[in-house]
Amino acid sequence: MDKTVNQKAWFLVLPVLVLVAFSAVIPLMTVVNYSFQDTFGNNVFFWAGFEWYEEVLASERIRDALGRQILFSAIILAIEVPLGILIALCMPRKGVWVSVCLVLMALPLLIPWNVVGTIWQVFARVDIGLLGRTLSELGIDYNYTQDALDAWITIIVMDVWHWTSLVALLAYAGLVSIPSAYYQAAKIDQASRWKVFRYIELPKMQGVLLIAILLRFMDSFMIYTEPFVLTGGGPGNATTFLSIDLVKTAIGQFDLGPAAAFSLIYFLVILLISWVFYTVMVNLEKKEGV
Amino acid sequence: MARIHLSNLAHSYSANPTSEADYALKRLDLVWDDGSAYALLGPSGCGKTTLLNIISGLITPSEGKILFGEEDVTHLPTAARNIAQVFQFPVVYDTMTVRENLAFPLVNRGADRDYVRRRVEQIADMIGMSDVLDRPAKRLTADAKQKISLGRGMVREDVNAILFDEPLTVIDPHMKWELRTQLKALHREFGHTMIYVTHDQTEALTFADKVVVMYDGQVVQTGTPAELFERPAHTFVGYFIGSPGMNVLPARVEGTSAMVEGVEIPLGAAYPALSGKVEIGIRPEFVTLSKDGPGLPVRVERIEDVGRHRIVRLAFFGREINVVVPEGVSVSKDMNRVVLEPERIGVYVEDRLVEGQMMQGRAA
Repeated sequence: MDKTVNQKAWFLVLPVLVLVAFSAVIPLMTVVNYSFQDTFGNNVFFWAGFEWYEEVLASERIRDALGRQILFSAIILAIEVPLGILIALCMPRKGVWVSVCLVLMALPLLIPWNVVGTIWQVFARVDIGLLGRTLSELGIDYNYTQDALDAWITIIVMDVWHWTSLVALLAYAGLVSIPSAYYQAAKIDQASRWKVFRYIELPKMQGVLLIAILLRFMDSFMIYTEPFVLTGGGPGNATTFLSIDLVKTAIGQFDLGPAAAFSLIYFLVILLISWVFYTVMVNLEKKEGV
Repeated sequence: MARIHLSNLAHSYSANPTSEADYALKRLDLVWDDGSAYALLGPSGCGKTTLLNIISGLITPSEGKILFGEEDVTHLPTAARNIAQVFQFPVVYDTMTVRENLAFPLVNRGADRDYVRRRVEQIADMIGMSDVLDRPAKRLTADAKQKISLGRGMVREDVNAILFDEPLTVIDPHMKWELRTQLKALHREFGHTMIYVTHDQTEALTFADKVVVMYDGQVVQTGTPAELFERPAHTFVGYFIGSPGMNVLPARVEGTSAMVEGVEIPLGAAYPALSGKVEIGIRPEFVTLSKDGPGLPVRVERIEDVGRHRIVRLAFFGREINVVVPEGVSVSKDMNRVVLEPERIGVYVEDRLVEGQMMQGRAA
């Protein structure tokens, strides 16, 4: 059959193109534009070449923030993924408790991020917070506003509280899709609980776990609101992650050039790491056979 | 290995069964002899799989006991029962190779490594997968996967029984026949008790020494293929086994004759006065067709040539009677009488066969 040529179809695509252009392409190009220019105000710009990129890459402050960011994401993944799987394994598969569990699990995900930060900011305060006060009363020297380690622990516990549900729900979705015959066969074959997990549940969850890891990596690598509300990046620079640093540069100091270069590098780093993750996981799957 | 005795067993999926209809499996008492090959035959939803899962311990029955030999295993877990089971749809461990899949039940029981290797190779040879032993199981086709499942079911030599739950559903027709033959050969070689669930009568009759026919949660007959064919104990057996199934006609039975639609039909035995739903049943193979001869008046509706024989569909006062006409016997559209062989007529009350009194002079 011959294809009908109809140029009117372009009109149907046009709204999407306009939308994408205004929401993504033009802002991004603006950032690219800033990253190559300098200004002394009055809307006068002049060409700066790769100066800002060199500055950003050479900046000790940003490198430290990147280090902290990588450490943070690594800790988050190392805790939330196994914990999420564990919770999913413990969740009931049928009965009235399924919906109760699902609703409870979904609750933290529904709370706006700055509210999460505020909740924990109050919760962990040594003077009036339930958690902070209790820890102090127990004789534990805890103060997240002064001690770097305490600040880290608080942010990590907060993120685990906020986001483990997501991993758990995804893992749960993977688990309930396993046909019961697999479990029956495992019983017949006298497989131990560990072997059931290792050879049935884990392989069947691989797909959803890939998504869970990618989502958690990207979100934790871009984390801004919660630590900003909780610690504001302190004490000192202890919890200044990349995005907090970026906002300080862009809004605080109004260094648009370096901030633009910084965000582009930041963006490329996330893209690169996500791509590596994805490729490695997909290859792993291929090696085992599709 | 042991005899399996299902004693006074019943199962309901609801917690508080109130009526007969709540039971997926109605009360039954059944003995599976050690070393026999059984087929569990019945339509979908008749309780076959429930019965199988009760034997393997995946389901605990609501009532009654299961005995392996003299041992009560009703509340023993699956692993302790030492049963192998193959499911309807292939179950393979995706991340393992074919070899690891086959070895899995043995390895889990801590078998000796040399023994595992030898046994796995033997089984692989039998299911024709020796050349793909080290390939990942995940990439294989559905029927290759099912062969792995079958192999895993047979890899243990010391099992009390091997249960097959419609294992050949996903297998190609020509492979089906081959695998069934192999199962049969295996049964002869190792003498395991095998229970084979199917809704396909050909599969059941070719595989089994004894066929257990289930219908609506009940076992309606247990017997050899020949017994099921010749003396169906239940109208359902008559209808389900044989192609076409048994002719069943509502009748009034008195002494040695049955009245069907006002026509008298002589019977091979004498019966007392019967009440309830009374029917007579006769296999199409034992009905003879003629033109203007003795017997019931019928009209030929259709003649179907199925190769070895012909099936003639007759109308008899608005009811259908099927006749199987063997090769070499002529049939024509204008034939209008049938004779039912008296000895082959079974009398059924409420669907169950009633034994008549053999007539004097006939009984040896």
